Amino acid sequence: MSPKNVWTIARKDFRTYFSSPIAYIVIAGFMLIMGWMFFYTLSHFEMQSMQYQQFNTGKSPSLTEGIIRPVYGNMNVIFLFLVPFITMRLFAEERKLHTIELLLTSPVRLTEIVLGKFISSFLLILVMLGVTLTYPIILFATGNPELGPIVTSYLGTLLLASCYLSIGILFSSLTENQIVAGSLTFATSLFFWLVNWAAQASGPIWSEILNYLSLIGHYSNFGQGLIDSSDVIYYLSFIGLGLFLTHRVLDSFRWR
Amino acid sequence: MIQVSHLTKFYGPRAAVNDLTFEVKKGEIVGFLGPNGAGKSTTMKILTGFMPASSGSAKIAGYDVFASPLEVKRNIGFLPENPPVYPEMQVQDYLQFAAELHQVPREKLRTAVDHALTKTSLGDVRHRLIGNLSKGFRQRVGLAQALVHNPAILILDEPTVGLDPKQIIEIRELIKGLGGEHTVILSSHILPEVTATCERIIVISKGRIVAEDTIDQLTTRIKKGVIYSLVVKNPDPTGVAAIRNIPGIHTVTQAGPKLVIEVQSGTNEIRDQIIETAVKKEMGVLEFSAEKVSLEEIFLQLTTIETPTQSTGATV
Repeated sequence: MSPKNVWTIARKDFRTYFSSPIAYIVIAGFMLIMGWMFFYTLSHFEMQSMQYQQFNTGKSPSLTEGIIRPVYGNMNVIFLFLVPFITMRLFAEERKLHTIELLLTSPVRLTEIVLGKFISSFLLILVMLGVTLTYPIILFATGNPELGPIVTSYLGTLLLASCYLSIGILFSSLTENQIVAGSLTFATSLFFWLVNWAAQASGPIWSEILNYLSLIGHYSNFGQGLIDSSDVIYYLSFIGLGLFLTHRVLDSFRWR
Repeated sequence: MIQVSHLTKFYGPRAAVNDLTFEVKKGEIVGFLGPNGAGKSTTMKILTGFMPASSGSAKIAGYDVFASPLEVKRNIGFLPENPPVYPEMQVQDYLQFAAELHQVPREKLRTAVDHALTKTSLGDVRHRLIGNLSKGFRQRVGLAQALVHNPAILILDEPTVGLDPKQIIEIRELIKGLGGEHTVILSSHILPEVTATCERIIVISKGRIVAEDTIDQLTTRIKKGVIYSLVVKNPDPTGVAAIRNIPGIHTVTQAGPKLVIEVQSGTNEIRDQIIETAVKKEMGVLEFSAEKVSLEEIFLQLTTIETPTQSTGATV
């Protein structure tokens, strides 16, 4: 595998995001919702801490519990909605325009194509996360937050969003229709998000399995500033499986 | 440069390509001619490593298409039926992307792109978005993409489709100029296309090769006698029979008032006799003309009349 080929494809698709309206709309929407959410959480936190100072009642507010956890927890939900728009065109568009023939008759491996596509969308997620770095900057400028939970929240969010990306890339390779790809991505991501809701109602073994499968279940440690290797392994395997299945789908084009 | 032997491709039970064997030497320009659905695109897709064959083998520049697809793809420039262009990219950026995909070294990227732009005369539109270009220009961008990494072999699927007559001539000249240095296979369902650019034709129909030769030889080999057509007012059977009995006449086919008269090859001038007979039988001659046997007809004969041999082949 040649990293140069991966980068050639990743760079082309990353640039395509910015030469079409997609990147601007997704980033603007993301900033708007996140900004509003951060502002709301911040003012709510301010009110709580003022009450605490005046009356010495309630729990002592902490920046981690009061701001970082809710803000980055909600960010995961936003990504659930936005990632389908990021990934839906990656392969579906190539199939529709027949440009996939250029990729498949060029001296590049399927693995390089799949990784290139993944990295292009991963970079867009990085840009979106980069924009939100203003929040910790504001917190550090005005208060004294813990660095650990912030770093792990970013890592967890990045891994979780990458799982959505791998689902999205898989569905994009399965159809020529972007709307179909996007809808299936959203539905499947949501399913893996909510899958542990059924855990309470099922037997002990099933409950453990369903809890393990849940995408959001593995995020909670990150939100508290903990990195558990089992969570990291779960996310990485999830991403790997999605990309592997995409590779199989591309390979199957040759046999049709 | 290209060796294909006993290549077969099945789509379900249907053989799209059936036992193809041919060879293309270095620097040759070979035309792949056949009606729509004859298996031209399928053969090209197999040669480019896009899809595998069901059986048989294909070697390109010494590499087996199935065993070493990357080496094969490195030596090939491919223009598919639909030019694989990204509408949201600029022509120049697109060509650079295509060159990078084919691992053109970084220091040579610029010259490679410039070279392809000049060859396809796209210099004026290099900064335009491909999506805003006309179909003809897009086709040329597709061709530039196939050329950009200076491949030893070019495989062009219907390269002049959608172009205006002036552009067609330009592209034909361009393809002709590629011979010698590059080996070119191009497909077409339009005969003049192939005769204008290619040195050798491979005619395929229903997945099989029905003829393979240079254009001149193909013409002489298949040419049967001269054909005349006679339109009469009164095509009564005795008159038709009388014409049929003139020595040297091969067949007479009747379609309403029109008689198509095929003369055996090597027969001397016979037109006088035909008209004399028609007048004597009071058929009322309205029109008499000689029909030229064009390459177009040969093509039709090859791809339609030889159906019986193909059907026996298919049942075996």
